[in-house]
Amino acid sequence: MKKFMLDLIVKKNEVLNNQYSLLILTSHNKLPEMLPGQFAEVRVDHSPTTFLRRPISINYIDYETNELWLLIQIVGDGTRKMYELKAGDTLNLIFPLGNSFSLPEKKDARILLIGGGVGIAPLLFWGSYLKERGYTCNFLLGGRSKDNLLQLCEFERFGNVYTTTEDGSHGECGFVTQHSLLKASNFDYIYTCGPTPMMKAVASYASKTKANCEVSLENTMACGFGACLCCVTDTTEGHLCVCTEGPVFNITKLKWQI
Amino acid sequence: MANLNINIGKLQLKNPVMTASGTFGYGTEFSDFFDISRIGGIFVKGTTLRDRQGNPYPRMVETPSGMLNAVGLQNKGIDYFINHIYPTVKNIDTNIIVNVSGSTIKEYVETAEKLNSLEKIPAIELNISCPNVKEGGMAFGTNCLSAAQVVKVVRRVYKNELIVKLSPNVTDISEIALAVEAEGADSVSLINTLLGMAIDSEKRTPILSTITGGLSGPAVKPIALRMVWEVAQAVKIPVIGMGGIMNAADAIEFMLAGASAIQIGTANFIDPTVSIKVLDGINDYLDRHGYKSVTEIIGALEI
Ligand SMILES: Cc1cc2nc3c(=O)[nH]c(=O)nc-3n(C[C@H](O)[C@H](O)[C@H](O)COP(=O)(O)OP(=O)(O)OC[C@H]3O[C@@H](n4cnc5c(N)ncnc54)[C@H](O)[C@@H]3O)c2cc1C
Ligand SMILES: Cc1cc2nc3c(=O)[nH]c(=O)nc-3n(C[C@H](O)[C@H](O)[C@H](O)COP(=O)(O)O)c2cc1C
Ligand code: FES
Repeated sequence: MKKFMLDLIVKKNEVLNNQYSLLILTSHNKLPEMLPGQFAEVRVDHSPTTFLRRPISINYIDYETNELWLLIQIVGDGTRKMYELKAGDTLNLIFPLGNSFSLPEKKDARILLIGGGVGIAPLLFWGSYLKERGYTCNFLLGGRSKDNLLQLCEFERFGNVYTTTEDGSHGECGFVTQHSLLKASNFDYIYTCGPTPMMKAVASYASKTKANCEVSLENTMACGFGACLCCVTDTTEGHLCVCTEGPVFNITKLKWQI
Repeated sequence: MANLNINIGKLQLKNPVMTASGTFGYGTEFSDFFDISRIGGIFVKGTTLRDRQGNPYPRMVETPSGMLNAVGLQNKGIDYFINHIYPTVKNIDTNIIVNVSGSTIKEYVETAEKLNSLEKIPAIELNISCPNVKEGGMAFGTNCLSAAQVVKVVRRVYKNELIVKLSPNVTDISEIALAVEAEGADSVSLINTLLGMAIDSEKRTPILSTITGGLSGPAVKPIALRMVWEVAQAVKIPVIGMGGIMNAADAIEFMLAGASAIQIGTANFIDPTVSIKVLDGINDYLDRHGYKSVTEIIGALEI
């Protein structure tokens, strides 16, 4: 898939709460095609402490309105600058990067997408993509409290939504892997993105229940397009770059102790 | 438009802008962004005799105006390069130079020998910053004797342009440059990364799996510039300068300090088209100052 380096325009930066914002980007030209699971490397200007680009998942793409969405969680100076962008600002992106989630073989497959925190970002695009192709999805989204549960209305457009919070302020109380849905139902395909301990717990559940499972990793990156070899993860094929061979990996390929 | 051609010994460059080993993959990673044949040369990834997995993750951390890496020469080995990568990269219409590394002198020699026969590889860059396993892990390039020794034996087997890449982690880099020149190096390139370290204060742990790593990017530029200037005065062979080049002005500074050509490393990660911008910027500079050839600015520093 051809990669581009483009200046996109901020159409709107919707503050979701004091930690998260939804950056809606557009372009004078038609946005290139991209796949769910892929990401962009964002150049952060005017932040003296931010030297390298920042990898951010494609949250959603609307080819009709020519909009590209990025969901931003503030964790440091780079993401803070993105959170503070205003309509009309420009943002330089290298994209689309990485591989994508793989489609289940059968249309009637039982599918579960599990996201934690800002890890829900690529799952919205993936959910919309699955729904468009006639699949039925379930979303299980978790956060520390209800402030960390984002875009619930958006997710509802594409499937059934279940939630957990650690403080019980929304949905079931606890971690995603403790949700009653996991005891009540079986799934053929599980896709997950979020903090590593969460993804490992999901992977362990998936391997116990014999579900096919893909995880989206968030290793630190210097380039994002295979030039530096900094972002590797250990796999059955040795060290592979998360930015080119991933970010999506089937758990059978990873050397996780689960 | 000024003449941009430069010769580094036997190596003919269409212009002095090249990309640094380990930061430009095999070039093809960048071909979506620009016509990579426009630059003077591409130094491909550090290549060793055998397959290497490199160091465990995490092996990169951002630092003020730079980054530390501890990739550890991950590559599939010279035979894989010859059989699977060379057939593609040999068609790129610019100089493809292989960066050669090893943990023993024998490894350097065998790798260099195999590269002799590749018609479209006009030069090798000997990376002597690797730990010398026999000598207890001290880098070959941090001591005149071992640096000279490795160059001497590789020179015996390698016929084309032999570039020796110097480590900055030494007290006097010109001594090392003189030592490798005496053993037959055709040119030297510098600087490789500076040894550094990063700590996570919350966890009280080192951030890199290897504890220390190599610093690159604009943070190292003043040191690199000083070393290029020192070496260019000491040796007679051409010098290739690098270390923190982000734009044309940086590149021109290295040439004024005595570099005949330059390499761009870390900057490729932030702007994959940076080398073309540097090339265009050098061209503008030459026109603006009325130079007919880029050779006129080499070592043209006025003191
Ligand atoms: C493929 C991929 C997709 C991503 N998608 C999104 C997304 O959609 N939305 C979003 O908000 N973020 C996403 N991230 C994470 C995002 O890239 C980082 O949060 C960001 O780089 C932090 O930059 P900063 O300057 O704000 O913080 P920094 O100052 O760089 O870091 C702040 C703290 O966070 C830690 N940190 C930073 N990056 C990482 C990481 N990758 N893994 C573990 N710890 C880290 C640092 O060690 C430091 O302690 C993604 C990362 C990857 C690799
Ligand atoms: C991720 C990374 C990998 C590198 N790998 C190699 C290598 O394999 N061999 C080598 O001689 N130098 C290697 N280098 C050093 C660069 O080629 C260059 O000497 C150094 O980074 C300084 O230039 P810069 O500041 O422009 O990056 C590497 C640098 C980086 C950042
Ligand atoms: S981040 Fe550079 S290779 Fe993956």
